[in-house]
Amino acid sequence: MQNLDTIVAEALTAFSSASQGAELEQVKARYLGKSGLLTEQLKQLGKLPAAERPTAGNLINQAKEQIQQALEARRAMLAQAHLDSKLAAETLDVTLPGRGLGMGGLHPVTRTLARIQALFASIGFEVAEGPEIETDFYNFTALNIPENHPARAMHDTFYVDDKHLLRTHTSPVQIHYLQTNKPPVKIIAPGRVYRCDSDVTHTPMFHQVEGLWVDEEVSFAALKGVLADFMQRFFERDDLRVRFRPSFFPFTEPSAEMDIACVMCGGDGCRVCSHTGWLEVLGCGMVHPNVLRHVHVDSEKYLGFAFGMGAERLAMLRYGVDDLRLFFANDLRFLKQFN
Amino acid sequence: MKFSERWLRTLVNPALQSAELSHLLTMAGLEVEALDEVAADFSGVVVGQVLSVAPHPDADRLRVCQVEAGTGSPLQIVCGAPNVREGVRVPCALVGAKLPGFEIKKAKLRGAESLGMLCSARELGLAEEADGLLLLPDDAPVGSNIRDYLHLDDRLYTLKLTPNRSDCLSMIGVAREVSALTDSPLSLPLITPATVSGSVIRNVKVTDGSACPRYCGRVISQLNHMAGTPAWMTERLSRSGLRSISAVVDITNYVLLEQGQPLHAFDLGKLSGEVQVRLAKQGEALTLLNDQRAVLDADMLVIADDHGAQALAGIMGGAATAVDENTSEIFLEAAYFSPDAIVGRARRLGLSTDSSHRFERGVDYASTRNALERATTLILEICGGEASPITEVCGILPERVPVSLRTARASKVLGVALDDAKVEKTLDRLGFTYHRDDAIYRVTPPSYRFDLNIEEDLIEELARVHGYDNIQAQAPVAHLNMLPQPEHQRGMDDLRSVLVARDYQEVITYSFVDAAWETDFAPGVQSVALKNPIASQMGVMRSTLLGGLMDVLRSNLNRRQERVRIFESGRCFLATEDGYNQPQRLAGLVYGNAVPEQWGGVARNVDFFDVKADIEALCWPNIARFEKAVHPAMHPGQCAEVWLDGVRAGWLGTLHPQLMQKYDLDTAPILFEVSLPALLTRTLPSHGEVSRFQSVRRDLAVIIDESVPVQALIETMNAAHIEGVAEIALFDVYRGKGIDSDKKSLAFRVLLQDTQKTFTDTEVDAVMASFTDLLKQKFNAQLRS
Repeated sequence: MQNLDTIVAEALTAFSSASQGAELEQVKARYLGKSGLLTEQLKQLGKLPAAERPTAGNLINQAKEQIQQALEARRAMLAQAHLDSKLAAETLDVTLPGRGLGMGGLHPVTRTLARIQALFASIGFEVAEGPEIETDFYNFTALNIPENHPARAMHDTFYVDDKHLLRTHTSPVQIHYLQTNKPPVKIIAPGRVYRCDSDVTHTPMFHQVEGLWVDEEVSFAALKGVLADFMQRFFERDDLRVRFRPSFFPFTEPSAEMDIACVMCGGDGCRVCSHTGWLEVLGCGMVHPNVLRHVHVDSEKYLGFAFGMGAERLAMLRYGVDDLRLFFANDLRFLKQFN
Repeated sequence: MKFSERWLRTLVNPALQSAELSHLLTMAGLEVEALDEVAADFSGVVVGQVLSVAPHPDADRLRVCQVEAGTGSPLQIVCGAPNVREGVRVPCALVGAKLPGFEIKKAKLRGAESLGMLCSARELGLAEEADGLLLLPDDAPVGSNIRDYLHLDDRLYTLKLTPNRSDCLSMIGVAREVSALTDSPLSLPLITPATVSGSVIRNVKVTDGSACPRYCGRVISQLNHMAGTPAWMTERLSRSGLRSISAVVDITNYVLLEQGQPLHAFDLGKLSGEVQVRLAKQGEALTLLNDQRAVLDADMLVIADDHGAQALAGIMGGAATAVDENTSEIFLEAAYFSPDAIVGRARRLGLSTDSSHRFERGVDYASTRNALERATTLILEICGGEASPITEVCGILPERVPVSLRTARASKVLGVALDDAKVEKTLDRLGFTYHRDDAIYRVTPPSYRFDLNIEEDLIEELARVHGYDNIQAQAPVAHLNMLPQPEHQRGMDDLRSVLVARDYQEVITYSFVDAAWETDFAPGVQSVALKNPIASQMGVMRSTLLGGLMDVLRSNLNRRQERVRIFESGRCFLATEDGYNQPQRLAGLVYGNAVPEQWGGVARNVDFFDVKADIEALCWPNIARFEKAVHPAMHPGQCAEVWLDGVRAGWLGTLHPQLMQKYDLDTAPILFEVSLPALLTRTLPSHGEVSRFQSVRRDLAVIIDESVPVQALIETMNAAHIEGVAEIALFDVYRGKGIDSDKKSLAFRVLLQDTQKTFTDTEVDAVMASFTDLLKQKFNAQLRS
């Protein structure tokens, strides 16, 4: 049986020197194939005496088993090596940049308007809209600003004809909405407004958000509560100090101007707040009974509060923009900062 | 309204520091816009008298002065001011004085010793500019501290008053307010009728009694036209921002500031005949005090004499009857003009005066005569002369109707528990008269308040005095109802998200544009022009968003941004027969590389079909239909209308080569503009059965005339409604070798799918054959082999 051991030893050497799958299979055929050395050995079994056959057969099978195992091991090794080299060849520089389109972004004023809308929507305010070319009636008269009222001089109005103008505030949306909807009413109206004024701190077009809540139990105290809550949420500062000062708007009575502690210096005084520590951010008040009367709402039964704020002003404070005019210069390098 | 704190404190003197007083006023609705020191912070400056002036031996422009400054012996001071001369009294900074930015030391100037400095107003922080020493009156006490002598420890308040608070456009008004807010006593100047010693009467005739309900005037003769305005008055005037002009004019200005009553002094010698208060004749001309020649309208009130209009009532006097340095006899007017008769007129003439500002808002009609007496007394004191009796013409004065006020209502509106005692105390402090009917107070507003007409006005007064800050903020209480969420609609936010995800940057441009843009991008459209544009290139309202986008493109190309993908949403404006159409639209512009410059790909410019895919994404899940179209600003062969649900919703296209040239562009931008309402509706999703059976795909390639649009073929095949056809889609277009030059080869993928069975080859062949026949019949399409 010296022969068998030799065969096995040879086979093992031959397998390990086979470096390719195909070569290995050829080597395999030499030992285990139809006319392979071991197959030949088995064929010779019949020539042995019957008594020797089982032992001899057993030895041959053991040898076959040994060769088979060695073959499997070599196969697995070669397969792994093949895979390894394939993977190595397919390796990427994963730090190369991704390809395809980039991402765009929203204008900072849109971002701000969306933020304002979302905050008010969370307590049930719906969004309302109105035209930008308005009649004198909606922009002034219905809002208790009669012709020749000094308040009209405060609104530098653009006219398109004798009766039509570019709305100077979003307050006319109150009137449009109340003409078609009965109280209770809870809306905000964002949009473009126009004033014939242009300098470092004024652009002839800007955005306002008007708010209106008309219901049976609405009070000045609730107005303060809602707006203080809003400013604290908008600037994400729970401790933001606010204050309300008496002011004058023809369409509200009592009227107030709302200030917040300067978000730039924390109220210590800086250039942004003109060293007062306060920033004027919003005008508001209880809806004037004359306004309710214009839209046939019973002012004894219903009370309302209204407010109006400038979106650019809030965007400037929120994002630290120091020049209003940047919003309308549309320099992509400026705009992309807000994406 | 600007005034000195010292003056205010002579009228009411609450125990508050300046900053506290300022805060009080601001929080009561009289916003203190500025609180400034009268003078800079300095010390060691006294009144000095120049005893002698000698030339400096080594400097032409310098003088060597001996100055008496109360220090025991005269000081030698070198001075370069042009107005230094013997005898003058000037501020003198002694050695050791601290002036803004520097300290005075013993010095030698070109060899001459100098023990101090003579000062100008600028050096003391009293003025921005000065052209010499600040000359003090001859009776200024030598050696006294200049801060005490000139009352420089004082502050200037600038109030930003709302139009309803005309009552605070005077010192007594502000004082009254401070008194009410602080509950401190008022001490107003006592006004008594002036001594009448003359008897010259000018008749007054008022023809419009509603415009001028009260007119008072009197003659004052034998004035000393050399009289100077006393220092205390010029100081108060200048601290209110008024320059001293002449004693009479200064006094009228002073009474205006103190009492809030505008006055006017006519030179009596220049007035002929009776004084008439009447409406101007249309086109009547009047040269005003500021030399402006005003052409008047028929709704403007004038003071006239026999020769015509001599003053614009309540706005400005006329040049012809103005007092001057020779005036010795005046007609002094104090009137109440109703706001309706004044408002708007000054602005129409491009004027705004202290007088018109007050009359437009409302002047106390009950103190017209008082103010005239006050001015007369001051004139007699300062200029001497004889006052004649007052001529007063009274029409129908405003009436203050009592306004109801309910404590319960006030509590409800404010959200604060008020009681009657508190209400009454507040009304008392404000000086309002009232009586009570059951639970209702009937409050009569004072004659100086023009803003108290309804209950809410009084509620605001209660809130102001109570303090807005003392009203506790409350979280609102409301009935909760969910807001409607219509699912067949979506918001603008969704559309913006689509574009942002597709690499578009949002921009916001002005709604008013250059008329030339309209001509370029919307020719033939009836656009809306502004009557008073702020600039000529912002003269018309946009009828398309394209002009703004092109402008943004150009400005960014100038900033070397080479890839521009932008969109804007907003209203456009069109004139119609019966008004204005203001549709909301969404527009975009894409220029430059299809993708950002990057590795591993071939750079190419964005094209029509890239942008078409963006529009399809915007419309999704609705399927837009595109049709070849003509738009004057677009390339005639590369422009399509976008149709949604049978409605023309907008269009897209490549900019016309002529406009590319005009706007100096190297490659063509692709533009689109779509109506917003069309994009904001969508269909509600609904379920259909999903087949368990395999679908079958067959391809169909046909050769067809170049002019036939792909859409026509697809629509024809779809219109045949062949059972089991689930999808027909184009996947290849081929032109070139093997195809005639006026033809193209189109390859379609046809998917067949049935919910009940798998198609057999025979069935599929039949379907494909019928498509082939259909396309051959209708479009002469040849099957490509």
